[in-house]
Amino acid sequence: MIRSKRPSASRWAAKIAVAAIATTAFFSLPAETQAQQPTLTFSAIPNQDETHLLDRFNKIAAYLSKELGVQVKYVPMKSYAAAVTSFRNNHVQLAWFGGMTGVQARIVVPGSVAIVQGEEDPKFVSYMIANSATRLKEMKTLDNSIRGKTFTFGSKASTSGRLMPEYFLRQHYKEYPEKVFSRVGFSGDHTKTIELVESGAYDIGVVDYTVYNAAVKNGKVDTKKVSIIWTSPPYPDYNWSIRGDVEKTFGPGFIKKVQDAFLKMKDPELLSAFPRKSFIAASNKDFQIVEDNARKLKLLD
Amino acid sequence: MLGLILAPIHHLRPVRALAATLRAIHELFWALLFLQVFGPSALTGIVAIALPYTGVFAKVYSEMLEEADRRPDELLPPNTGAVVRFIYARVPMALAPFRIYTMYRVECGLRSSAVLGFIGLPTLGFELDTFFKVAKFENVAAVLIIYYVLIGTIRWWLRPVLLPFYLIGSAVLLFSLGGPPFELSNLLRFLTSDIVPQPLRNADLSLASTWSAFWTWLSMLLSNQAWPGLINTFLVTQMALAVTMIVAFLGFPLIVPRLTGKLGGIGGNVLLVVGRSTPEYMLVYIFLQMLGPSMLPAIVALGLHNGAIIAHLLGRQAEAITPNLRPDAPKGFNLYLYEYVPRLYGNFLAYSFYRWEIILRESAIVGILGVKTLGFFVDGVITEIRLDRAIILIGITVLATFVVDWIARAIRRRFKLSMNDRNSKERALVEP
Repeated sequence: MIRSKRPSASRWAAKIAVAAIATTAFFSLPAETQAQQPTLTFSAIPNQDETHLLDRFNKIAAYLSKELGVQVKYVPMKSYAAAVTSFRNNHVQLAWFGGMTGVQARIVVPGSVAIVQGEEDPKFVSYMIANSATRLKEMKTLDNSIRGKTFTFGSKASTSGRLMPEYFLRQHYKEYPEKVFSRVGFSGDHTKTIELVESGAYDIGVVDYTVYNAAVKNGKVDTKKVSIIWTSPPYPDYNWSIRGDVEKTFGPGFIKKVQDAFLKMKDPELLSAFPRKSFIAASNKDFQIVEDNARKLKLLD
Repeated sequence: MLGLILAPIHHLRPVRALAATLRAIHELFWALLFLQVFGPSALTGIVAIALPYTGVFAKVYSEMLEEADRRPDELLPPNTGAVVRFIYARVPMALAPFRIYTMYRVECGLRSSAVLGFIGLPTLGFELDTFFKVAKFENVAAVLIIYYVLIGTIRWWLRPVLLPFYLIGSAVLLFSLGGPPFELSNLLRFLTSDIVPQPLRNADLSLASTWSAFWTWLSMLLSNQAWPGLINTFLVTQMALAVTMIVAFLGFPLIVPRLTGKLGGIGGNVLLVVGRSTPEYMLVYIFLQMLGPSMLPAIVALGLHNGAIIAHLLGRQAEAITPNLRPDAPKGFNLYLYEYVPRLYGNFLAYSFYRWEIILRESAIVGILGVKTLGFFVDGVITEIRLDRAIILIGITVLATFVVDWIARAIRRRFKLSMNDRNSKERALVEP
């Protein structure tokens, strides 16, 4: 009886040995990857559906690689938080952030800087959109017609889909959104917000205006079912931010080189990935207002 | 592996507590934490699955060892070393149940790793989530079919002989994956700074003001997030448990041919297999897409999944009863009501109480999908890069799990509920 079990016992031992080898192999792996020539890895917050982003950002990677003369790689992210965390952990060195995620990222990575923003970004706005079944009319300023409806933000860390609209709502109603609306949700991204309002799952939603306009232009949204009912006051939003320590890896002046590469990006196909008309220079202090509001809403300590 | 090492010392209180804590945190919560350190790499996935499974293995293996034949152990001379004793006299006697249970866990592991895709690891869940977001439902169906085929054929491709090949294969695969480099500084920062409550970070711990700031911080966190999250988690749990019980009760006759006929039995089996092998998180996700955002999809999905598991177990026990029925036993509905139900009712309750704790853990994590249970708030604070708060919220989930487990144990003891056939396969299905 016992003898017949012996072979399995030795198999167990073999398995343990293989597992041990696998584990050590795995931990020794990073050393090898580091030995290769340095690659600049960048990412972007997943503010739209991701199949769309992967294709377009790979073209950006090719462009940057040509301009900078180093290997450049794009990695997709599943959430806003993942983008910030990867930047923090030095898994990506350069990222296309929203206003809020940019502020978060630059706080957790001392020495990192915002270098470029879209031409549209200093005066960015959010649209509040509503399902036509609600019969809501466009309003110049916020009023009580939207009280008691169901409402969705975008991602929890979105500037145009959460932070700024929540700030404006709280400033106007002096109440939490949960009190103004009968139900408040977070769709995850702007494309999803548009879908949820179009389907009627939520009466109202707030979105990034560039994403909404692009969806209308591409026929992705049925304007008979969805309409814009409010446009927010302007605020600064998206930006490219880079870690300060890239100059240690890629040499002095590298940050300036990256900035210039974006400033002279003129190809409309590349720019449509964002979508922006062109890029202009930016600095950390351009986003001070976003940081202040995030603190007021207690999203930052 | 670690589970096997812990198993013989599982009776020690600290080890038992450690294993229970590891188990009580769902692999998705582990993954959310490790994503902060390792990024979306294979390492995150491996650690996130390995930790809770270690807890489970420690408990289950130790129970199996207890039930195994002790005679070889008793025959050894008294001065034999403990390790030798364990390897040569104890483990071999429990190898058969170990193997069955480990096989079953591989299936669970597949489920878990698919689900981790939803939060950013490149597994099947990642594809599913992507296709759902762009509304390519034909691709969603394809991913689901691949998944069912993988699970359905497990008994053909998972052979002990092939295991070494799989292990070597996965090691090679890990080599080729690359992924973000592992940096020790990230791990150290996570352990020494990120998870320290913010008012205590870099503060003078001897000052009373530090502690009062900590108290304000903690009470804000508890009243604004933990409390509402906990209430919603319990609401979802209790309603899902009710749905589970209804589904189980109505579902088990589906696989009893005496009640539904031969064809009905096959159809019922397929239905229950789909219900129980689709990960609960995936089911909730799909129902959320269909029913819109509220608690309802979570309740329905958790109820169906857990109900299918219990129905399957009850159905198999009903099968065991069938040959012993009297020749003049009633037919149809009366047979169900007067013969099967009374005999299985005790087991039905026992299973339901076993699943209670598991449903609670599941209710907490589906919050990540937007239902406002504890997971919703955990996801929220992780978005705000406040891991200190995440740790506390996860800790509360663990405590809630313990409380429910304790109540369920007390009830089972009080009413002397136990599962009649405790062979390892059955146990595998009801325990986490």
